[in-house]
Amino acid sequence: MSPSEPIKKLTRKDFTSDQDVRWCPGCGDYAILATMQRTLPELGADPAKTVFVSGIGCSSRFPYYMNTYGFHSIHGRAPAFATGLKLTNPELDVWVVTGDGDGLSIGGNHLMHLLRRNVDLQLLLFNNRIYGLTKGQYSPTSLVGLRSPSTPYGSIDLPVVPASLALGAGARFVARSVDTLASHLSETFVAARGHRGTSFVEILQNCPVFADGTWEHVKTKAKVSDSVLMLEHGKPMLFGENKGLRLVPGKLELEVVTIGENGVGEADILVHDEGNRPMAFLLSGLEPPSFPMCLGVIYREVGPTYDASVRAQIDGAIAKRGVGDIDALLAEGHTWTVE
Amino acid sequence: MDSFPKVQRESLESVVIRFAGDSGDGMQLTGSQFTSTTAMMGNDLATFPDFPAEIRAPAGTTYGVSGFQIHFASHDIMTPGDAPDVLVAMNPAALKTNLADLKQGGLLIINEGAFVKGNLAKAGYVKNPLEDESLVGFRLVTIDISKLTLQAVDAFGLGSKDALRCKNMWTLGMVLWLFGRDLEPTVVWLREKFAKDATVADANIAALKAGHAYGETAELPSGIGPYEVPKAKLPPGLYRNVTGNEALAWGLAAASQLSGLEVVLGSYPITPASTILHTLSKLKNYGVVTFQAEDEIAAVCAAIGASWGGAIGVTTTSGPGLALKGEGIGLAIMLELPLVIVDIQRGGPSTGLPTKTEQSDLLQAVLGRNGDSPLAVIAAATAGECFGMAIEAVRLAIKFMTPVILLTDGYLANGSEPWLIPKVADMPKIEVKFQTDRPEGYHPYLRNPDTLARPWALPGTPGLEHRIGGLEKNFDSGNISYDPDNHHKMTKTRAAKIAGIADHIPEQQVEVGDESGDLLVVGWGSTYGAITAAVRKAREEGKKVSQVHVRSLSPFPRRLGELLRSFKKVIVPEMNNGMLVKLLRAEYLVDAIGVNKISGQPFKVAEIEQAIAEHLA
Repeated sequence: MSPSEPIKKLTRKDFTSDQDVRWCPGCGDYAILATMQRTLPELGADPAKTVFVSGIGCSSRFPYYMNTYGFHSIHGRAPAFATGLKLTNPELDVWVVTGDGDGLSIGGNHLMHLLRRNVDLQLLLFNNRIYGLTKGQYSPTSLVGLRSPSTPYGSIDLPVVPASLALGAGARFVARSVDTLASHLSETFVAARGHRGTSFVEILQNCPVFADGTWEHVKTKAKVSDSVLMLEHGKPMLFGENKGLRLVPGKLELEVVTIGENGVGEADILVHDEGNRPMAFLLSGLEPPSFPMCLGVIYREVGPTYDASVRAQIDGAIAKRGVGDIDALLAEGHTWTVE
Repeated sequence: MDSFPKVQRESLESVVIRFAGDSGDGMQLTGSQFTSTTAMMGNDLATFPDFPAEIRAPAGTTYGVSGFQIHFASHDIMTPGDAPDVLVAMNPAALKTNLADLKQGGLLIINEGAFVKGNLAKAGYVKNPLEDESLVGFRLVTIDISKLTLQAVDAFGLGSKDALRCKNMWTLGMVLWLFGRDLEPTVVWLREKFAKDATVADANIAALKAGHAYGETAELPSGIGPYEVPKAKLPPGLYRNVTGNEALAWGLAAASQLSGLEVVLGSYPITPASTILHTLSKLKNYGVVTFQAEDEIAAVCAAIGASWGGAIGVTTTSGPGLALKGEGIGLAIMLELPLVIVDIQRGGPSTGLPTKTEQSDLLQAVLGRNGDSPLAVIAAATAGECFGMAIEAVRLAIKFMTPVILLTDGYLANGSEPWLIPKVADMPKIEVKFQTDRPEGYHPYLRNPDTLARPWALPGTPGLEHRIGGLEKNFDSGNISYDPDNHHKMTKTRAAKIAGIADHIPEQQVEVGDESGDLLVVGWGSTYGAITAAVRKAREEGKKVSQVHVRSLSPFPRRLGELLRSFKKVIVPEMNNGMLVKLLRAEYLVDAIGVNKISGQPFKVAEIEQAIAEHLA
């Protein structure tokens, strides 16, 4: 593309690579890929400045199918590659694609440090509660009791709640969406990309081969569901038939109440505040059957980004001392001349 | 130029001094101050700091002893010296652990103030060695340095603990006097170091001067000093003292200047490599970005990410860290991106001997990854050479789009030597060419027919969007390929690329001696000094011995095989259980014989001399 060419409006096709997609038929990853390929042109993204970095696993094949820059790295380490890339070129729009095994197990350490540093990128964690590419072993998000090739008597590990873990690591943007909720997922991508800092997005994704239906209870197409709460900043946290969330009086604990019952009115329902960190912790851990699962932006707070802060220190050093000359540096300090 | 009264000084050609004391006694500072003064006075020198892994081991114990050895001379010297001529022992533990090394008849300076019951017991002495016959073979000077220091700093009102801390400066003052060294550089240094606490600076300076005055007032036994060691004849120019790690860090910064690219260092603290991270962290206005990663793996991965983005990705580590980085390095081989991995070797395996030197990562560097995964491996021979080798590592990495491992070791990292300061502005630039256009048939794995390097296309470049990763690539398209013949071809291509580097680096030269003879001594890395000194001596005795020093371990330089075959016998001294020797035997089918030292200590010249004598017998 030369500068003289008229700016062409890009379409989904411009973000689609020439590689055959090799996920299993019916995999939730197809839906996520389609939503990404559709959303980026709508945002006016430039394929040349867009980079997808992944680790290993089914989700990590994602970069091959995007006609952008792509980096299919090694298991669990995508956050580290992305950090190095952003330190070098903060202008790039970087998306890290990982899964529950890649991001929470082998790469758990890197995920934690990426989040606390707040490197300016988006991280998409496809959570299908299973190891797909290695053929169906239980993952860090699998439920207790899951029978898998490596847990024939049932899994005994307590599962990780990715959004709670992210908040604990200091994430400043935490959202949750679902593979097949195309418009919600697209809006979540837009919000994540618009946030400066590490945007952590958990995508509930179905693996039709090894964990089919694991999110069925939150994937309902019905407008009204007792198991899903669509969070919206500034709006009361309502769900199902007149149900809502409120704090248990005198406790840091949420309860489900029904408007019109026991004297509960709409004013009693909590209003979602994306900047409320303690509340975000409570919301992130809610799960059916006792509670709805919260979808949408759970927490959002602007803070200094790592890449910008690193650059600011460098710029500060140059402003103070000028661009360094190595010959001058070598001649500093104790030197002597031999005639 | 001397700032002290002229006295009759006995002239010596070379002296080896070892300062030994408790970890908290400040022996490293004493040694390094003596070193910089000695360097400024024009001697050639080499140093060997030797300290425990514990930061502050329990006071007075033998395992808490810290030592600093300096060899200085009026001629060109190669090593920190085999055995000290002078041992300064600040406490019984220091005496106990170091006495065996002191030359017979050597000068033994002891702080008798520390030879009290408790310290003697901690060092395992049943009887006070100052009171029996055990030290008769040495020229003994016992001084109550503790008491004299307290007297010297009495006026400054320090607490007794702080006051006693000045005893290393008292000792330094006395030894500076003994060898006719100037006090002024240390006075200036103390003023800078304690700029925020003038009282502490004054007290230390008072102690330094008191030690000097003690010597001057001739209270030493007759026959002991003072000495002079005349200037060495070094090539003319501007000099400074440099440790290997400083030189290496500055070399990386110089590579940034020479290439016009930023250096992005991903590193995780590890002994003895951390000081490179420290040095580079200060050079933010020299084209250097430093990133202290969460672990060794993240450090190498961030460096690779940086290289993809168009920087010189560098990671610095030591043996255990190199093991952790293996998968990342393998990925960089597959991606064919430039990457510099610096391994400051230490005693292994596992945590091993963190503060001691060894050359036992050679096979790990050359071979230690899954799959056929060749890369370039180079090694620095001296502390000063770490500068040029860092630049060379960057040059090779960029030119051949490959990871390069630069090996040094704990001995080079911490040891120092006078260094003729190079002029970076006059050095050849490191050529960098990013792919910016998209010619017909372009793909990311097209190769330069000369170097077999692929193009370096940076994310952000319009029209060159591509995907890279750890899966095998098709030779013709750069796309993922599981084709059997293609994998065979790509494996051969990656190997040929590294092998071809040999056409772009200097041919193997003989370091000392003729190109054929009875015995060839082949070394690599930090054994350079000891081998050179030993081979020179053997040749002076008329022996037909030569030295070859290998600076490129993968690939080997051209002519190396020919040289190996031109000698009746080949020996390979290494600080490991036989690694280069294996590679040489495998590559060239020569009957090279290992000479191995695995004690965490560098070779002594005498040990190499002995090996030469044995193999010529």
